[in-house]
Amino acid sequence: MADIHKPDVDAISGVATTGHEWDGIRELNTPLPRWWLWVFYLTIVWAVGYWIVYPAWPLVSSYTSGVLGWKSRDAVQVQLADLTAQRAVFADKLAAASLEQIESTPELLSFARAQGRAAFANNCAPCHGAGGGGAKGYPNLNDDDWMWGGSLEQIQQTLLHGIRSADPDAHVGDMPAFGRDGILQRPEIVAVADYVRSLSNLPVPAGVTPDLAKGKEVFEANCAACHGADAKGNIELGAPNLTDGIWLYGSGRDSVIATLTNGRGGIMPAWGTRLDPTTIKALTVYVHALGGGQ
Amino acid sequence: MNVATKPQTVDTEIDGPLYEARRKIYPIAVHGTFRRIKWMLLVITLGIYYLLPFLRWDRGPNAPSQAVLVDLVNGRFYFFFIEIWPQEIYYVTGLLILAALVLFLMNAVAGRLWCGYLCPQTVWTDLFQAIERMVEGDPRQRREKLKHASRAQRAFEAASKHFLWLMVAWWTGGAWVLYFADAPTLTLQLLKGQGPAVAYLWIGILTFTTYVLAGHMREQVCTYMCPWPRIQAALTDEYALNVTYRYDRGEPRGSFKKTEALKREGLPAGDCIDCRQCVSACPTGVDIRLGSQLACIQCGLCIDACDTVMKKVGRPTALIAYDTEMNVQRRIKGQAPITRIFRARTVLYLALIALIGGIMLYTLAARTTESVSVLHDRNPLFVQLSDGSIRNAYTLRIVNKLNQPRRFAISVAGVPDARLEVAGGVSTMVNDQPVVEVGPDQTYELRVLVSTHAKLPANASLPATFTITDVAAGQASTAPDHFKGP
Repeated sequence: MADIHKPDVDAISGVATTGHEWDGIRELNTPLPRWWLWVFYLTIVWAVGYWIVYPAWPLVSSYTSGVLGWKSRDAVQVQLADLTAQRAVFADKLAAASLEQIESTPELLSFARAQGRAAFANNCAPCHGAGGGGAKGYPNLNDDDWMWGGSLEQIQQTLLHGIRSADPDAHVGDMPAFGRDGILQRPEIVAVADYVRSLSNLPVPAGVTPDLAKGKEVFEANCAACHGADAKGNIELGAPNLTDGIWLYGSGRDSVIATLTNGRGGIMPAWGTRLDPTTIKALTVYVHALGGGQ
Repeated sequence: MNVATKPQTVDTEIDGPLYEARRKIYPIAVHGTFRRIKWMLLVITLGIYYLLPFLRWDRGPNAPSQAVLVDLVNGRFYFFFIEIWPQEIYYVTGLLILAALVLFLMNAVAGRLWCGYLCPQTVWTDLFQAIERMVEGDPRQRREKLKHASRAQRAFEAASKHFLWLMVAWWTGGAWVLYFADAPTLTLQLLKGQGPAVAYLWIGILTFTTYVLAGHMREQVCTYMCPWPRIQAALTDEYALNVTYRYDRGEPRGSFKKTEALKREGLPAGDCIDCRQCVSACPTGVDIRLGSQLACIQCGLCIDACDTVMKKVGRPTALIAYDTEMNVQRRIKGQAPITRIFRARTVLYLALIALIGGIMLYTLAARTTESVSVLHDRNPLFVQLSDGSIRNAYTLRIVNKLNQPRRFAISVAGVPDARLEVAGGVSTMVNDQPVVEVGPDQTYELRVLVSTHAKLPANASLPATFTITDVAAGQASTAPDHFKGP
């Protein structure tokens, strides 16, 4: 069969080779099927059609918009609307349920927590930290110390109206600037600072001899009205518990003296005007679960 | 064997066309052992494919009672008594590895058994060709009709053929979607025109692909689209049983009269009478007498065609048969044929199949019906409480793989004087352990707070193990994590 005069024909099969050879193996010049060629042409035609129908070509300051006027932004809007519709089933239930009902219904609870987590990251994390761990002046939401109360209703109230915000229903309660306003003299402030630190059994810095008796006297005269005679605090006034070892502005002697001298008045915005009631509900449930609530 | 020589310049005269028009193949009908086996397998495989979704299996109140179901919405795969969850998708990986190894083993023992008998492309093409022959007749009748039958008659037959093909293709696509939803319900919905749009879309896609691939592309799928012939060529060896033309017996070939005359004179003459029935019967248009080749799917129909002819002319059958290249060579040298099924290659495949299958069976048998995973809060790692104790927070995810609700008690070990509570949500206490209920076939995520009064070493990181225990049945699962201190 093989034509010995034409060495580029494979001797066994009688088929012409392409002339390519690898380690003595030569490639037969087998033609491709014609339908394959037509599929290739078809893809070219398809591509041309695609240029016309969809946005494709970049221009100097714009692009060809395509005859369908299709935009990826519109497509995203459709998907978002779709997502909202999908969530509507649970969102409606959440809107209708009370806070206690949410906590006792597992599927509502996980939906509320997921929504709360997202809302927390968007609105609360800048001050309270991504995990609600807080910072100096911004309370840690994971512990069991709640200045304004840690029940579901109390947390919701704080979220809706804020603390020392412009909202008329906001929590108010000011720590006076005892030093700056001249209510107390420096030695009195130092004495009461040492006394207050002793309530939490904090270590006394070297070289300091606290006058606890004087501190107690000053405390009862000036501080007990808000923080209570036992210094356990008062959530009505947002007066923190001074005996629990948790210090919003730091437990160092200098920090406490600074607090007494200048007063403290952190502000939390009222979220009721910024977020819808359902999101507030979800945030309440999420924050409540962070530290186990009260 | 020809010695490799450097090719010289390509002669344009013998340089063939770049693209070849389709060579239409109309295989003739054959009768015999392999045809019967193929019919049988066709009925069995298609029967399983079309009817399996209707097989029922009780799965409790919350899942469809279907024996084989891919529930994409809920991320569950049901296969009789097995229920696969998304995180167990490695079983599918294992199945794919097993499938590849079984394919290798089949190939090492008896060639392309898969291609010739079980591959969907072969099965549906076979069915479509049977329909074609039923409507338009055997290739010989077709040629006659092209000359004699009226235009209307031919158009009617062609239309009937395509209609029947489309019906089969449509039913094929229809059966496919039934694996993804409760089959009887979906069938009713589809009949009423109320099925989900995605179902109609997939029926459309699969109707189209079945009609095009099995009706029109046929052998071209095997020769041009499928990668297996190329891989198979590299995996086969001289001991593998393949559909083989026994050229030691068949050559030199010639007409019946000529070879008989040569045989009477004691001159060399083969058994092949060059009737080309093997070529006419081949669904991929191969001439098996040229040796094993890429397009041959080894369906054995040429064996049936040849045997029929050999019986007619009174010569021994099995001129084409499942045989090995080794034995052809041995017979030429006058040696006795040998069978060697157990070779390094097949033993290795068998060992690997046993190993992978064993691992899969073990994990399947050892899998629990509940599990728990734990994630430690990273921000903050720990908090100090007002009474001075240290608390860590964790997110637990409890999985209940049974189709009834279960109650699990949660406990932690490894933290001295640990107090464990569930944050948010309501949980009851049993033996001082919080208990949560997890619905049938569901997961439940909860936040757990662990606190301790105990004095911890500096920068403490204690290994903590969480255990969930089925309150009723007592089965337990654990998950390890750490308890961090200041």
